Amino acid sequence: MKKKKSRSVDAGFGGAGDRAALRIVSSVSAVGILLMLFILGFLVVNGLPVLKEASVGGILLGLDWYPTEEPPALGMLPLIAGTLSATLLSSVISLPVAFGLAVFTAEIAPKYMRNALKVMLELLGFLPSIVLGFLGMMVIAPWMQEALGVASGLNLLNASMLLGFLVVPVVASLSEEALCAVPQELRDASYALGATRWETVIKVVVPHAMRGMLSASLLGVMRALGETMVVLMAAGGAAIIPRSLTDPIRPLTSTIAAEMGETAVGSVHYHALFFAGLVLLVITLLINLISMYVEKRGQRT
Amino acid sequence: MNRTLMRKSTNSFMTLIFWTCGLFLAAVLVFVIAYLFKQGWSVLSIEFLTEPPSEGMTAGGILTPLVGTVELVFVSMLIALPVGVATGLYFAEYSNDGILTRLLRVSIRLLAGVPSVIFGLFGLSLFVVLMNFGSCLLSAGLTLGCLSLPLIVTASEQAFLAVPQDYRDASFALGATKWQTIVKVVFPSAASTIITGAILSIGRVAGETAPIMFTGAAYFAPDLAKSVFSQVMALPYHIYVLATASTDIEAVRPIQYGAILVLIAIVLGTSAVGVVIRARLASKSGR
Repeated sequence: MKKKKSRSVDAGFGGAGDRAALRIVSSVSAVGILLMLFILGFLVVNGLPVLKEASVGGILLGLDWYPTEEPPALGMLPLIAGTLSATLLSSVISLPVAFGLAVFTAEIAPKYMRNALKVMLELLGFLPSIVLGFLGMMVIAPWMQEALGVASGLNLLNASMLLGFLVVPVVASLSEEALCAVPQELRDASYALGATRWETVIKVVVPHAMRGMLSASLLGVMRALGETMVVLMAAGGAAIIPRSLTDPIRPLTSTIAAEMGETAVGSVHYHALFFAGLVLLVITLLINLISMYVEKRGQRT
Repeated sequence: MNRTLMRKSTNSFMTLIFWTCGLFLAAVLVFVIAYLFKQGWSVLSIEFLTEPPSEGMTAGGILTPLVGTVELVFVSMLIALPVGVATGLYFAEYSNDGILTRLLRVSIRLLAGVPSVIFGLFGLSLFVVLMNFGSCLLSAGLTLGCLSLPLIVTASEQAFLAVPQDYRDASFALGATKWQTIVKVVFPSAASTIITGAILSIGRVAGETAPIMFTGAAYFAPDLAKSVFSQVMALPYHIYVLATASTDIEAVRPIQYGAILVLIAIVLGTSAVGVVIRARLASKSGR
C-alpha cells in the first residue's frame, strides 16, 4: 500500500524553521552514504599496502597461504575457492528447498498454516549463526565422522548444509512475496483453461514472479558468501582447494575472523587480511548491484 | 484420457513434494529447539544468570557475558536509532528523485548486504585504531550500530509511509508547517511501528559475533565493564570461546548449551515479540 505523495500541498510551506529541519534531516541521512564510502575506503587504504609485498596476480592466484612465515606466502586462491565452493554447494542444497517452501506458502498451504510458516521463516532468519556453527561443530561433525567414515566431520559438506539454513529463510520469504504479487486473474485464467494447480504454478505464476525470485536467490547467495561464524566453526579451516565434498575448507570470512585477533596492526598479515576483506566486499557489492538491476528491470516491464 | 491421468498424478505428486518442504522446515526447527532444550535445560537457574563464569570458565554462570550483550545492544541502538529514523524520515517525507536520494537508497541497500565480518574490519580500522578508542564496549557498540543502520532505516521508512496522507493534509489545512506536521502528526502515528522495527533489529544485533570479535569482545573479563572504554564479554562470543578454546570439554558442555538457550531466548524472544506486535498493528490499521 504505497500512498501517492501530493507534492503540491507541501510546496506552499517552508519557513526558516522548516528549511533548517530539512537541512538537519538530510545531513543526518547522508551518514548512510558516508558509512558505505568509509567502509570501502578503509578496506582499500588498509588492504592495498599488501601489494608492496606481492602482486595482485600472485595474491589472487597463489596457492599457498602462510601469512606468518618469513617471507610470507599470500596466495588467496584456496581461500577464494573455499568461499566459492561453500557458497555454491549451499545454494545447490538450499535454493530448491527455499523455492518449494515459497510456492507451498504462497500457493498451496491453507491459511492458518501460511501465517505460521511465515512467522517460522522469519524466526529462522533471526537464529544467530553462532548457534548453527555450534551445532555443526558439536553434533553434525561427530555424526558425520562416524556415519561417513571421513577423517574430519568439519568440512565443506557440513558447513554448506548449515549455510543452507541461513539461505532458506532469506530466499523463501522474498520469493514468497514475489509469488504473492502475481495477480489472481492470471491464476483464474489458467484454471479456467483446465490447467491443474501444478501446471498453473509452473507455467503461469513462477514465470511471472521470475525476476523477484532471481533477485531473492542473489540475496540468499550473498548471505552464504558473507557468513562467518558457521564456516569458522564447522568448515575445518584448512587452506586448500577442496577436491571432494568432505575436504576441509578455509573461506575468506573465517580466515579474517580467525587470524585478525593475533595480528599486529600495520603488519603485512594485517594488510593481507584487509585485502581479503576487500575481495569479499567487492564480490558482495557486485552481486548486490546485479540483484538491484534485476529488480529494476522487472519494475519497468 | 491417459494424458489427463498423467497430468493429474503429476499435480498430486508435486503437491506432495511441496507439503514435504513445508513440514520439513517446521520439523527441523522444532527438532533443533527441542534438542537444545534437552541438552541445556538442567543448567538453567537463577544462579546461572546471576553468577559470573568461574574456574577458567568451566563453572559458574553467564552474568558478565549477558550484561555485556545488553550493554552492546544499548550502545548500538543509541547511535543507530537517531540516524536510522532520520534517514527513514528523509526517504518517506522529503525524498525526491534527486541525486542525494538515489545515492542514499543505493548506499543503504548495499550496506544491508555487507558481510558482518567486514563491519568488524571497518570498526577495527576506524574506531579501534584510527580514533584510538581501543578494543572496548564503545568500539564494538558503534560497529554493531553501523551494522543495524540499514535494518532501522527500512523499518522506519515503512512506518512513515504507512501513515495515511489524509493526516498530513488535515494538518496542513490547519496551517501547520511541514515540520510541525511531522513532529505532531506523522511521528506519533508511526512511533509504535518504528519501535517494533527497533525491537527486531535488537534481536539481530544481540546474536552477532563476527563484528565484535576484534572490536571489543573480551575472551574473559572478571568484572562488568566499568566504563565504555573497557572490554566486555558478550554472549555469542562467549559461546564461541567455550566451544573452541575450552580446557575441560565435559564440564563445559552443559554451560555451553545453557548459554545457547539464553541467547536464543533473547534473540528469538525479542524477535517474536516484534513479529507479534507488528501483526497486531497491521490488523488494527486494516492492512
